[in-house]
Amino acid sequence: MWDLCTNALDTAKLHGASYGDVRAMHLRQRDLTAKNGQVGTLAQSESIGIGVRVLASGAWGFASTDRLTRESVAACAAQAVAIAKASALAKRSKVVLAPEKAYVDSWQSPFRKDPFEIPLETQLALLLAADGEMRKVKGVTLTETNMQFRKIDSWFESSIGSRIHQRKVISGCGIAATSFQGGEIQKRSYPNSFGGQHALEGYELVESLGLMKQAERVAEEAAALHAAAPCPEKFGTLILAGNQLGLQIHESIGHPIELDRVLGQEANFAGTSFLTLDQLNKLKYASTIVNVVADARLDHGRGLGTFAYDDEGVPAQCTDIIKEGKFRGYLSNRETAHLIGLDRSSGTMRTESWNRLPIIRMTNVSLLPGSWDYDDLLADTPDGILMDTNRSWSIDDRRYQFQFSTEVGWEIKGGKKVRMLKNPSYSGITTEFWNSCDAICKFDDWTLWGTPNCGKGQPMQTMGTGHGAAPARFRNVRIGTAFSKQ
Amino acid sequence: MTIAPSARRKSGGKTERAELLSPRELQGIIETVLRLAKSTGAAETEVHVDEVADALTRFANNGIHQNVFERVVTVSIRAATGGRTARATTNRLDEDSLRATIEASLSLAHSRPRDPRLLAMPGKQRYHTVSRFVRATAAVTPEDRARAVRIACDLAARKGQVAAGIFSSGMSQTAVGNSRGLFAAYNETHSQFSITMQEDPAASWAKADSPDVRDIRPQKLAKRAGEKAHLAVKTKELAPGRHTVILEPAAVLDLVGFLFYDFAATAVQDQRSCLNHRMGKQLFGKNISIVDDVFHPLQKGAPFDGEGIPRQKVLLVDKGVPKDLVYSRTSAKAARKKPTGHGFALPNEYGEAPMNLVFIGGDSSVEKMVASTDRGLLVTRLWYIREVDPYEKVMTGMTRDGLFLVENGKVTSAVKNFRFNQSLIDMLKNVELMTPAARTTGEESFEMVVPAMKVRDFHFSEVTKF
Repeated sequence: MWDLCTNALDTAKLHGASYGDVRAMHLRQRDLTAKNGQVGTLAQSESIGIGVRVLASGAWGFASTDRLTRESVAACAAQAVAIAKASALAKRSKVVLAPEKAYVDSWQSPFRKDPFEIPLETQLALLLAADGEMRKVKGVTLTETNMQFRKIDSWFESSIGSRIHQRKVISGCGIAATSFQGGEIQKRSYPNSFGGQHALEGYELVESLGLMKQAERVAEEAAALHAAAPCPEKFGTLILAGNQLGLQIHESIGHPIELDRVLGQEANFAGTSFLTLDQLNKLKYASTIVNVVADARLDHGRGLGTFAYDDEGVPAQCTDIIKEGKFRGYLSNRETAHLIGLDRSSGTMRTESWNRLPIIRMTNVSLLPGSWDYDDLLADTPDGILMDTNRSWSIDDRRYQFQFSTEVGWEIKGGKKVRMLKNPSYSGITTEFWNSCDAICKFDDWTLWGTPNCGKGQPMQTMGTGHGAAPARFRNVRIGTAFSKQ
Repeated sequence: MTIAPSARRKSGGKTERAELLSPRELQGIIETVLRLAKSTGAAETEVHVDEVADALTRFANNGIHQNVFERVVTVSIRAATGGRTARATTNRLDEDSLRATIEASLSLAHSRPRDPRLLAMPGKQRYHTVSRFVRATAAVTPEDRARAVRIACDLAARKGQVAAGIFSSGMSQTAVGNSRGLFAAYNETHSQFSITMQEDPAASWAKADSPDVRDIRPQKLAKRAGEKAHLAVKTKELAPGRHTVILEPAAVLDLVGFLFYDFAATAVQDQRSCLNHRMGKQLFGKNISIVDDVFHPLQKGAPFDGEGIPRQKVLLVDKGVPKDLVYSRTSAKAARKKPTGHGFALPNEYGEAPMNLVFIGGDSSVEKMVASTDRGLLVTRLWYIREVDPYEKVMTGMTRDGLFLVENGKVTSAVKNFRFNQSLIDMLKNVELMTPAARTTGEESFEMVVPAMKVRDFHFSEVTKF
């Protein structure tokens, strides 16, 4: 691979590139699902190719190919330069990159059990067994289970002398039960909705989930929701379970801090951000107990946003985003860092595959643990609603106004969970919501949740991001609007 | 041994451009896989070959900031043996890699329990031809796109506005064949221009999509978006509630696009469709009729499904009554129906879906809708639409890029964006007027043929800051 990468860089330089970087990638994936006692998807795939990004005439060009011969790769590099020169016909300003050192390194994400070495029979047997447990519960009309495994090798070489190989192993798994009764569809998922939990881990992730222990409860809750009281419409106290809070962080903190959005580069599709440059170090984003970081380092955990180097060859870093409630930082790259007074990228350029351009992406954008025991948090709440496991999510294109609904709610009275609520939802304005946070649980209840399906860019790229969260409490939140009949 | 040729390129302007594999080369890959599979012990083999050559020029802040090209060929192989089947996919085309992929699919298949629903692969089929490959689109160069972008950006700059968007062009082809003699192939070209014009603090948007790049008018789209952005600079805040809305086609598309999977027979069999217990009943207004029709002149996509079954035109809704569903071979057998050619590639858990929805529109126009409205809202586009209630089909989302108040038959001002929580079923009961249906492109659903709609009692629940 290195020969092809070097060949591409040499060719790009020969054609007039002032800078170039090359990503050769080999992606392997296995997808398994079961539904209603039968195997659904059973597939594996591989994709291998090379993408060449160049600066020529002060503008960017990118081309990719899956023909890995010297001739095809050289043609691809020449094409990237030609595209860059075409870009220069309508460039706004010359691209300037923040300085970065050259690195020569090789890194592999840690895992205990290679999921591709676990017999398929074992994996399918677990999915079908969990499916069977859920189907035993009366009232359940649809059962779904899934596993997904990925192994990604990338070879990055740049014209400043970096040469970095990384191998990541990613696993994901989840189960869900759906119940259709009396003109109503209710659903419960474990450990999270939309495919479960995903992390930079091996098969040990699946084994840690205890699917067989959870399957019956998940199914019973799905069936029980029909008889539950509807979530009331009111302003009140809200406690979010960690899996829902992870998505809240993703949508109302993770996306607004992407500097490409802030600078208008995503205005046509993903949108812009309320976090204009004048807000940095001034905005009181949240209450003083709220501390949020963007941390791609392994020290933070094995999340979907964990790596050793980003796809621009910048080492993984931890950036303060919100510190004691104050807005402190953006996600940047080598092209945009200088615009916020930084002399270095924060290392967040990531690409979905060899045929996509790296763009600014969330790494692990996490709410740091607080000081509360979970039981104490409930006991300290005389009247509130606990919401668990996302069902729908939506936020405006500048990331002010959001609405989420969850699969299940629990009414809290006198410090105790007293009854199940169906169709829970809440909504609000981002900064008002985060400023209403008055309690965050400790590290014991903190999980680095994986969001595997974040879409951004044109052409669209799907990326996995990490979000550490423990249950937290918010005051005076608008509750129940999504299902309002008014 | 490499069986597919290396990318053949020919000169086309200043930059080179890729050509798709020839039909003979495409068929050659499939025949090679089927020949190799004979020695692996697979009882039946199916092969998909998909190829894309796509380019996209992206601009923001009145200049190009990303400009990309990709070319990918994938070969996806499904082996079936003893009532078991599985799929393996690669983009390596040499014989060793193809043989390894066949063996992988067979190994996966052997690992699973027998599937009592699995059918033998279909034999030869007859297809209606459909032509959507336009040489003018295939010939577009990066310089062509850059020049069009520059014109749009210059227009923005002259107006004191800021442009962002994309101009994409490309071509793709797909072929499917199997060991029982089935073979089908299809190719098409595609082009899109999407533009957001920003005039602080407002923005507006316009977009077009066509197999023929000559149908795309970047300057016209830029002008339209620019004029609406200018109109939207000063906004007033209205109280949420139920309002009459005039939904431009993109807003209609991105909403009704969420209905498509409900018309899958498998979704109904799984009891997760909003049509459960509602087929044959007056669910929508009598002015709502919907067909799925891949042959419609404004549609695109292959005229066969994931197993190579020819797509049929299906009447999904007739005068507000859900009449029929689409079926894969598997769901058709379960329902004792005929397959309609809408199945996804096997094996999968979702079955099928209509991918070529066509609404039967009306004879109004957006101008007439505005003129007929005493008080209402003109909606350019919707954003971040998600399903809140799957059975009542309540969707939430935001208005975006131009929401205008209509009073006494005229657009009088822009208003701050709303969040909506609206049942699609109720919405399609409340359609008062429609324009003729047009090929429409949005950002949340795939392209369809839909009209603009005037709808009463559309439910806005909250207002945002801009």
